Amino acid sequence: MAQFRLPRNSRIQKGKHFASASGASRVRQFAVYRYDPDSGENPRVDTYDVDLDSCGPMVLDALIKIKNDIDPTLTFRRSCREGICGSCAMNIDGGNTLACTRAIEDSGGTVKIYPLPHMAVVKDLVPDLTNFYAQYASIKPWLQTRTPPPPDRERLQSKEDQELIDEPSACILCACCSTSCPSYWWNSDRYLGPAALLAAYRWLVDSRDEATGERLDDLEDPFRLYRCHTIMNCTQSCPKGLNPAKAIAETKKMLASRNH
Amino acid sequence: MRQPDRPLSPHLSIYRWPVTMLLSILHRATGIANAVGLIVLAAWLMQAAAGEAAYESLTGILASPLGYVVLAGFSFSFFYHLCNGIRHLVWDTGRGFEKRQANMSAWIVIAVSLALTGLFWGLAL
Repeated sequence: MAQFRLPRNSRIQKGKHFASASGASRVRQFAVYRYDPDSGENPRVDTYDVDLDSCGPMVLDALIKIKNDIDPTLTFRRSCREGICGSCAMNIDGGNTLACTRAIEDSGGTVKIYPLPHMAVVKDLVPDLTNFYAQYASIKPWLQTRTPPPPDRERLQSKEDQELIDEPSACILCACCSTSCPSYWWNSDRYLGPAALLAAYRWLVDSRDEATGERLDDLEDPFRLYRCHTIMNCTQSCPKGLNPAKAIAETKKMLASRNH
Repeated sequence: MRQPDRPLSPHLSIYRWPVTMLLSILHRATGIANAVGLIVLAAWLMQAAAGEAAYESLTGILASPLGYVVLAGFSFSFFYHLCNGIRHLVWDTGRGFEKRQANMSAWIVIAVSLALTGLFWGLAL
């Protein structure tokens, strides 16, 4: 059941302000969600003044600068800093995206940074992705075959067949889409969410996969698949420009045409 | 497993609504409003069948300024739900899912349902 109000322990309190050192010329304010599990206190939003003249162009650069120079307790995930690992997914100025590919200049004023929405927070900007990964595993994201492979070569695919899985294979599992979806917010215990469904679609349309029927059986469920109401937040937020909403619609079409 | 003492990150209060998200919740809201409007329509027919005095007592309420506002709301609700329903039917065929298309169809639905509401009242009054 949808609960619109945050639980008592999750309501955000006023945080601290970290002013910039004097002499900074181009100052931009960053408002960052903070939660320390050891303090026993509610989450808060701290604000940091960052001198953009001594900072890289991306939001991730600013977060790293804050951690290095202002407040070493700030906690967030990051790795590749070029939009391919998906670690630094977070909510920036109200939209889910990767901090490493989001330019500071794209924010009008204060840059507002929260963890991915409606997730259990481990610390600061780090959400617990256990359920998200379990849902991905549940769609069996590997090739399933019954026939033996050709003895002398790999299972080959035509160029056209490859192109079908080209785009859905580019998903980096950053969780921006699933955590942007209100259906996922209210029903993440039973609804798979756009990321897992995009992955399911990738195997449904793989010409080499021989478990299409079983895969569709697993998805045919009022919650697992059909909690998608085409709200379109997933496609709007995907930092890789992929289209989970379309993949889900195509999956619904496959089920509809199979049943008639 | 979710630790019960872990806070839940904010969602509705911080999310910036794309126009498509607004239309989605409006579709559900107008669906509910249409069901309520149908009760008003049924009451109107029943009062008409019950005789002139009963009919006039209801139309007296509906023809008040507040009644007009409510009826205008019901008519918009009907036209909006109709237009957005057609948008959903197109989606069901797998078309119109590119970001640009979805945003454009959203604005078209808003414009057309407002225009139909205006046209309807222009003809009715």
